[in-house]
Amino acid sequence: MQYFVSVIDDESVSDNTDRRPAISAFNERLIAQGYWVFAGGLADTAAATVVDNRGEHPVITDGPFIESKEYLAGVWVWDVPDLDAAMALATEASKICDRKIEVRPFA
Amino acid sequence: MNEAREAVARAHQDEWARVVAALTRRFGSLDIAEEATAEAFLVAVERWSTDGVPPRPGAWLTTTANRKAIDRLRRENKREDKHREAQMVQSGAPPEPVGAVEDDRLRLIFICCHPALAMESRVALTLRMVGGLTVAEIARAFLAHESTIGQRITRAKAKITAAHIPFRVPSELDLADRVSGVLAVLYLIFNEGYLATGPDTAPVRADLTAEAIRLARLLRALLPTNGEVTGLLALMLLTEARRTARISAAGELVSLEEQDRGVWDAALIAEGRALVRERLAAAVAGEAPGRFAILAAIGAVHTSARDFRDTDWPQLRALYDRLVALDPSPVVALNRAVVVGEIDGPDVALAIIDRLEPELSGYHAFHAARAEMLRRLGRRSDARAAYDRAIELAGNTAETADLRRRRDRLG
Repeated sequence: MQYFVSVIDDESVSDNTDRRPAISAFNERLIAQGYWVFAGGLADTAAATVVDNRGEHPVITDGPFIESKEYLAGVWVWDVPDLDAAMALATEASKICDRKIEVRPFA
Repeated sequence: MNEAREAVARAHQDEWARVVAALTRRFGSLDIAEEATAEAFLVAVERWSTDGVPPRPGAWLTTTANRKAIDRLRRENKREDKHREAQMVQSGAPPEPVGAVEDDRLRLIFICCHPALAMESRVALTLRMVGGLTVAEIARAFLAHESTIGQRITRAKAKITAAHIPFRVPSELDLADRVSGVLAVLYLIFNEGYLATGPDTAPVRADLTAEAIRLARLLRALLPTNGEVTGLLALMLLTEARRTARISAAGELVSLEEQDRGVWDAALIAEGRALVRERLAAAVAGEAPGRFAILAAIGAVHTSARDFRDTDWPQLRALYDRLVALDPSPVVALNRAVVVGEIDGPDVALAIIDRLEPELSGYHAFHAARAEMLRRLGRRSDARAAYDRAIELAGNTAETADLRRRRDRLG
């Protein structure tokens, strides 16, 4: 069962801690346990561009598709047996990243 | 005819959860298990009155429900299910070893109370799948529309499938947390029965308190060494024992002080106190008591007093001190303040209560407790204002009636 795991950041909380070493170590463990499919940190939402070509002409918009205080800072894809396993890992991930984590199954 | 109907009702109490649990494991779907079990009970109503009650009603129901589930899968007749179906038909319905069946019910409880489901979904799902209540019965108990409850259950089942919430007992590591999640669901069901909210409802709904106790008994049978399971069952029994004394003929809530202790249920009290003694022995042996065990002990102190004045207040204060250390919520602090009032007087209690105002100003019991202390201190107009506020905020019809009576008695 694959889960899309979102790391949710909050722009009102400033944080200068470098969490990369701890996240790298966590990733190594995910790989060793066979859970790791993909991981990636995202650039700031200011770097996002939305393309909408549902109409006659493509419309290009600067910025993220949804403006909110909370935004997606990074993603994982995990392959684990069930939600309990995903929640256990998410509990660790949340501590390591000091961020909220959303766990969502692929359909 | 009557005999058959009674047998079905009894089987519904004893076997519903077992059948749903066995089918959930076998077919991997709560949806199929629920529908097939409900159908099997409908068949039982017809067949048992003409053919007689089978010697093992539970086995009969499981077999019948299994057949209904296979019928449904056949009807759906999806190509990819063919192979699975063939396997299921071949395996028939072997009698389950008792241990495995017990585990299935525990798995069922844990999946229904899974923390990834919304609390209101957990409550509805548990009452439906484990308790065997119909959607209509749950809707009536919670004053909700049937469609709302139906949707809650459907959505919860859909999430369990889509998110792969597993049908198993949690690992040792998570067990304590997950059990406390289950207990929170049962306690919520009990409290909604014991102090029902809503302007047009009966103040106490015995069907819900009885169901909560039944589920807590089942959980204790499945997890006999868990102290908090035992504590919650004891707490429910000691509270339920006072139920009939709690509402007057006029429909007013009767305070502990004014209750006729003669109508308390002695059998429930004895059972609850035996469980509290069991937890006390565990505490003496070094197992720290949990929140429910302490609340149950508080209930045991109240129920062992011959009358209100006979209450062992210092013992209660010691128990509340332990509870505050474990659960520093303002509601616990409020209850402790009331006990302090019986020992150190209303002025001391009022000072403690007033400090809780920022957190509890929207809670009727805060204003009711304040009013009581103000009344004892002879501050009548302040007491009246506090009663007014409590009446505005109270949601239970009997409680409102009692508060009005107290306010009007101020003169």
